[in-house]
Amino acid sequence: MSDSRNLIEQETVLEQNHEEATTGSDASNNDVPVFRTKDLSVFYGDFRAIRDVSVYIKAREITAFIGPSGCGKSTVLRCFDRMNDLIPTARVEGTVEYHGVNLYNREVDAVEVRRRVGMVFQKPNPFPKSIYDNLAFGPRLNGIKKKADLDVIVESSLKRAALWDEVKDRLKASAMGLSGGQQQRLCIARCIAVEPDVILMDEPCSALDPIATARIEDLMQEIKRDFTIIIVTHNMQQAARVSDQTAFFTTEVNPESDRRTGVLVEFDKTQKMFSNPSDSRTEAYVTGRFG
Amino acid sequence: MCERSTEVALSTPSKFAVSSAVGLTERITSGKRDVRGRVVEWLLLSTLGLTLLVLVALIVNLLDRAWPVLDGRFGDFLSSGLDASNAQEAGVWQAIRGTVTLAIIVIVVSFPLGIACAVYLEEYASRSRLARSIRINVRNLAGVPSIVYGILGLTIFVKFAGGITGGRTVIAGGLTLSVLVLPVVVITASEALRAVPRSIREGAMGVGATQWETVRSHVLPSAAPGILTGTMLALSRAAGEAAPLLLVGGITGLLRTGNLGLWEQITKGGFTSVPVAIFSYARQTGADFQAVTAAASLILLVLVVVINGLAIWLRNRFERNW
Repeated sequence: MSDSRNLIEQETVLEQNHEEATTGSDASNNDVPVFRTKDLSVFYGDFRAIRDVSVYIKAREITAFIGPSGCGKSTVLRCFDRMNDLIPTARVEGTVEYHGVNLYNREVDAVEVRRRVGMVFQKPNPFPKSIYDNLAFGPRLNGIKKKADLDVIVESSLKRAALWDEVKDRLKASAMGLSGGQQQRLCIARCIAVEPDVILMDEPCSALDPIATARIEDLMQEIKRDFTIIIVTHNMQQAARVSDQTAFFTTEVNPESDRRTGVLVEFDKTQKMFSNPSDSRTEAYVTGRFG
Repeated sequence: MCERSTEVALSTPSKFAVSSAVGLTERITSGKRDVRGRVVEWLLLSTLGLTLLVLVALIVNLLDRAWPVLDGRFGDFLSSGLDASNAQEAGVWQAIRGTVTLAIIVIVVSFPLGIACAVYLEEYASRSRLARSIRINVRNLAGVPSIVYGILGLTIFVKFAGGITGGRTVIAGGLTLSVLVLPVVVITASEALRAVPRSIREGAMGVGATQWETVRSHVLPSAAPGILTGTMLALSRAAGEAAPLLLVGGITGLLRTGNLGLWEQITKGGFTSVPVAIFSYARQTGADFQAVTAAASLILLVLVVVINGLAIWLRNRFERNW
């Protein structure tokens, strides 16, 4: 009883947050992209990691970035929440628009961006604290201090990440004691707990076994009603199974410097990408004849 | 050399053929061992033994020489003040109190300062060239001999800032020791901070934490055990220093505290410390003073062991405290 009432309160909080996050655009309108990049290039020092990537990400859809190792998928992903800022030598050219605002404008506060654009990493990285504190950290940053409110958020986030039943009796136990798959779902729950607009996932299943992977994929389908998801994956089947749109990246070798730069080859609906791609390189990759 | 290599070359192709002819069981049970590996293992073990032997010899020797004091007037020795003129009156009470006061000053001054410097260097300034050169120079500072810090302390804390420190007081001594261990604190704290995986920082930043929130809530707690261990080791180094204190006014002869109150003793009175007391007693001749010196040395050893034990205890406590 009290649970459902709390959940309603929680939903209200969600909506408020969301309105804030999407000011100036209609969230339910699928045609307005959440992200739009234009001629995005990223340099590490004088090395150009990706060149002229232009994609648009629709709300409440799952977009998959696929391609061989070193093609810059993760680099592109890390532009969406300014995570590349943490790498000292990284430099960005071109624009990344988030609801129409260029994230690389001087006035943009990366912290505010990351409160709206959450990230799940390749290796599960729970904080070395209790399960409860892992989830409460983000909401506490947003000024939620009351234990009752935090309890509600912790429970609803864990439920939405399909982890509640497994951990409800040991919320005070260290998160490091969970299995790899549970840790990754905890990290997704940690993301959900701050009610972001977008969740970025950087190869979230590459450290997990097939069963844990399947659970995460189911979970993605569940939460895509509420969140826009971008996932980087090595696994083509995974992209085909979970995503609505797919972007295929590959590397091009610069004949002068012999260095590899990532480029976007094709970006389309997933179904088309896997059944009838326009570019021969995409076809070669998705059919396993990648050269 | 040449002969041997041809032999190997010849025997190699036929090696396994021979073994099957001789019999596998015989081959693998012939008792041939990795002789070189065993020799190395024994060598390593013996170096460890040698190190421990030196330590044990030191303690046994000290106990033996200190025995007249330990057996005869240990309680008296503990409670008596510094007196380098009369071995029967000599004690370490003022010295222990001085060392504890110095340690407290070092903890209060150099730990927060050193940890703050390390946080800045590692978390905020890591990308600048200036920060890199500062880091190298901090390392160099850690290698500066302690007597040089003594001169620094004399110039700055005793003479220049004498109005604040009261001149040759325990405050000047504590500040000198703080400056002495500051580079060590910065280095060990930096290393502990660097050992915190980037994934923890990314996780915190990923849910919208600012840099300071990330540092305060995740990086510092994760690094705390390492920082604590390093700083406590720095503290035990400070507790064992005599040379810089002699320069900034550590008393070596007879320390009269008169009827000064505790605060006046700290801000105005003279001070001594256990290493300084050891130095005072060691300069005197006669078997009596030899025993007093040895006993004071044992006291210093015990103090250092207590500090290190505290470091280990604190580390274990923090590690459990998630």
